[in-house]
Amino acid sequence: MSDSEFKPVLLGRVGRPDSQTLASYRADGGYEALAKALKMANTEVIDVVKASGLRGRGGAGFPTGLKWTFLPKDVNGPIYLCINGDESEPGTFNNRVLIEEDPHQVLEGIVISSFATRSTTAYFYLRYEYGRCYRVLKQAIDEMYANNLLGKNILGSGYDLDIYLHRGACAYICGEETGLIESLEGKRAWPRIKPPFPAIEGAFRRPTVVNNVETMACIPHIMKRGPEWFQTMGIPKDANNPRDAGSYGPKLYCISGHVNKPGLVELPMGITARELIDKHAGGVWKGRSAKAVIPGGISMGFMSSAELDTPLDFNGPGRVGCLGLGTAAVVVIDDHTSMVDVLYNACRFFAHESCGQCTPCREGTAWSTKILERIREGRGKLSDIDTLLEISSSIGTIPGTTICGLADGAAWPIKTAINKFRGEFEEYIKSGRRSESPVLAGAH
Amino acid sequence: MVKVKVNDIEVDAGPKDNCILAARKAGVEIPHYCWHESLSVVASCRMCLVEVGETKPDGTVAMGPKLVPGCQTPIKEGTVIRTDSPKVKAAQQMTLELLLLNHPLDCSICDQAGECYLQDYTYKYGKAHSRLDEPKLQRMDKYHIGDQIALFTDRCVMCTRCVRFTREISGTAELQVVARGSHEEIDVFPEEPCNNKLAGNVVDLCPVGALCSKDFLYKKRVWWLKQAESVCTGCSTGCSISIDQNENKVYRLRPRPNPEAQGHFMCDEGRFGFKYIHDERRLSFPKLSAALASGIESQRKTTSANFAPDLNFADLWPTALTKARQKIQDAIKADPSGFIAVFSPFMTVEEAYLLAKFIKGIHEKARLVLGPIPSLGADDKYPKGPKGESPADGKVKFTIRAEKCPNRLGVEAVLKHFEGSVVRIESIAQRPNAHAWYIVGGYASGWVTEAIDKAVGTPSLLIVQDIFPSPLSERADIVLAAGSFAERDGTYVNHAGLAQSANAAIRAPGEARADGRILMELAGRTGLFNAMALRKEIGSAVPELSVLASGDLGDQGVRLVRFAKQAAAAAT
Repeated sequence: MSDSEFKPVLLGRVGRPDSQTLASYRADGGYEALAKALKMANTEVIDVVKASGLRGRGGAGFPTGLKWTFLPKDVNGPIYLCINGDESEPGTFNNRVLIEEDPHQVLEGIVISSFATRSTTAYFYLRYEYGRCYRVLKQAIDEMYANNLLGKNILGSGYDLDIYLHRGACAYICGEETGLIESLEGKRAWPRIKPPFPAIEGAFRRPTVVNNVETMACIPHIMKRGPEWFQTMGIPKDANNPRDAGSYGPKLYCISGHVNKPGLVELPMGITARELIDKHAGGVWKGRSAKAVIPGGISMGFMSSAELDTPLDFNGPGRVGCLGLGTAAVVVIDDHTSMVDVLYNACRFFAHESCGQCTPCREGTAWSTKILERIREGRGKLSDIDTLLEISSSIGTIPGTTICGLADGAAWPIKTAINKFRGEFEEYIKSGRRSESPVLAGAH
Repeated sequence: MVKVKVNDIEVDAGPKDNCILAARKAGVEIPHYCWHESLSVVASCRMCLVEVGETKPDGTVAMGPKLVPGCQTPIKEGTVIRTDSPKVKAAQQMTLELLLLNHPLDCSICDQAGECYLQDYTYKYGKAHSRLDEPKLQRMDKYHIGDQIALFTDRCVMCTRCVRFTREISGTAELQVVARGSHEEIDVFPEEPCNNKLAGNVVDLCPVGALCSKDFLYKKRVWWLKQAESVCTGCSTGCSISIDQNENKVYRLRPRPNPEAQGHFMCDEGRFGFKYIHDERRLSFPKLSAALASGIESQRKTTSANFAPDLNFADLWPTALTKARQKIQDAIKADPSGFIAVFSPFMTVEEAYLLAKFIKGIHEKARLVLGPIPSLGADDKYPKGPKGESPADGKVKFTIRAEKCPNRLGVEAVLKHFEGSVVRIESIAQRPNAHAWYIVGGYASGWVTEAIDKAVGTPSLLIVQDIFPSPLSERADIVLAAGSFAERDGTYVNHAGLAQSANAAIRAPGEARADGRILMELAGRTGLFNAMALRKEIGSAVPELSVLASGDLGDQGVRLVRFAKQAAAAAT
């Protein structure tokens, strides 16, 4: 399927005045997928999702169906499904649009997924700042209860489910799977050590699956149109790489930064950054060119202007030194912007959001911010560059020095900015100039 | 047992050990801050990063690609641990550099200096310089954390041991982490200081100088302190402790880990309750009544009523003890069953044995009686629940016992052996039928109740061996100034029949003497008081105390046979 033939799937109903109501969702064939799923065995639903090749949209890209199979077979007592709606990766806003504009699409996916995972309780963990989402979701959930789509004996199938809407704790770390679980339990969102993984011991020490909002939105479409349809979109798996699970399906790309037309577009997985900017975002603003592009939220690091033809699928950004696709939040940085300033902002964000549990992340993020602060004050030393690189290479789960991936996210912008724009950093430090661009709005 | 390899050293480790414990068995130290044997694993300080691999069936070793925290990583047969690779060393250096970034490096005025894991690990695993060019974060010290605890905020390494202690061991959950990232701090809720009865333990748990004991603060540099391994005499739990003293002054007590006795901790009652040993009112020399002293009138320089230290010091004790022995023998011979020796539950087994053997050696009809057993409320069990309720059986992690003495069981064993049964002083107080008493005290505070005072009355002979003046010592014919727990060698048997040896840390004040030494001379035994030799003698003489026969009870003590059987039965 080429881009021009592509009709939005997840955003198909977005923009219509009544898109949030149950009536309009049903008129468009909503909850048919649920009815279909409820007639199947739960393992059959898992098989369909597995066959579709759907990978988690939250950032890590873990195959959703496979994640569900990690739940223990014989469980006495509850299994929980947690929906990660703590969308806080800078530049990311696809969950917000999905929830605000078409809540029933997400909720239908949640009911189907809960059925598949044998959960009778689902927790929707919603970022606190998303007030409108909260109100929309609350109304949608009330509508569902009133129409036998939630509660006891859903659609006469004998399946019971309750969804609890939980507002988050205003912290980036609450979006980390186990941080979310801790926060849900009413504790400080300090990510847990693994093992045990949430599938074995998650929320309230019960088997738990944590899935992203966009992942949930994909589920009804897969159930309705089948896994083969899902695989008509995106980049097939690399036959030479047995560990590649492919990048199938539609994907929401959040475009922001120095472009003429920022916004949310839905495209088959695997479009290149250049196409995205030029075709779908109206090009770089003010007639300038892009110096760097963040492929999927700041924690993924930077692509240089030479790397813009990289396909934005689960594997593409990794091939040019980025951490991965992340949340597919593409932030464009024009050639008038200093990478020192950009990196300073990135570091400041992570220093502010580090939960403070592991020493390397707690101290490393704050230290790198201090160094960049000094460089921006014109008091940098050339050796600072190597210090920054050493800090960034010694924090994170990839070297094994932290519990969660926040530190990896903090390290990648530093690594990629310095490796790809080292000359600019050196020139900046040698010039001894002070940064005149204002500090961008922080994470507060 | 599983076989693991630590830096090429093969060692048998326990199946439930983590890498730190397994390495410890191989004699290899894996540095760590947040991990503690008694607390849950959080793996957050990242000081214990090691390389771990496994031995494949064909004998080759496959090392994992990442560093892993030694505290969180379990071992299995064939696990290979490396703590000396360049990768591990680099990680250790980096972690220490990061921990010291905002540390004030105020060792010169820090109480922890000398026993600080930041100092030790930096010396062993760190590097000499920091690359930080920017000003350090500065934070307010918090003296309000607890009545006994001060927090030096900027020395903290955020290991959260203290937080976990209050949640998992005391169950009182006063401490918490506030703020985020490098601005994180330990704090209490407003107006809710950390004043639970186990609070002092967070000072010991703190691996750095962040949490300090107000009681000990700035009193003594730790490297001047000398340690004596002893037993807390505050209650019948009998916590293993270390008495830290310098120049005959005890500065602090600290718990000594002993899974057999109490675990890793001790209560504040015991920890701070030792002050009485330095009380100025302590009896510091033996005294004779005016009548008894009259025989040595010529040696007195003054006309004071009592035998006083203005006599030659060298003559004090020999005179008092010779008189005492003479008087006791006379009294018992005159009317054996009219003689009562009162044993204190603060006596060690050795002391009780010496006295019992001496008295019964004169006449077997002389009576041996157990003194009052101090008791306060009910056993106080931890961790407390959210509403302060006691934990369920089986979930108890620490108990402060109601019985406020260390050695009831040990003294009772001796009494049973010599007297046949244990007679409590309370049971004979109404009609003691005694004309002569030998009374041993040693209690931490006033113990002579009106009933006891009345029961003793004014007998023809009253000898008191105690540490504080009391109505009895005021009218005693002979007062023998004895030693407190810090001044005694000997054995205590705790509530669960665990016999532990205690060592003297300091000398008794003035001319006072440890009880063992008094009793050796009183009984006319030759040689110095030697607890180990006496234990051997007791072990063969008293069947119930047969486990003492080896003389050496080790660091963790030995359980009396009867209790060991009970424990084994409970385990199965």
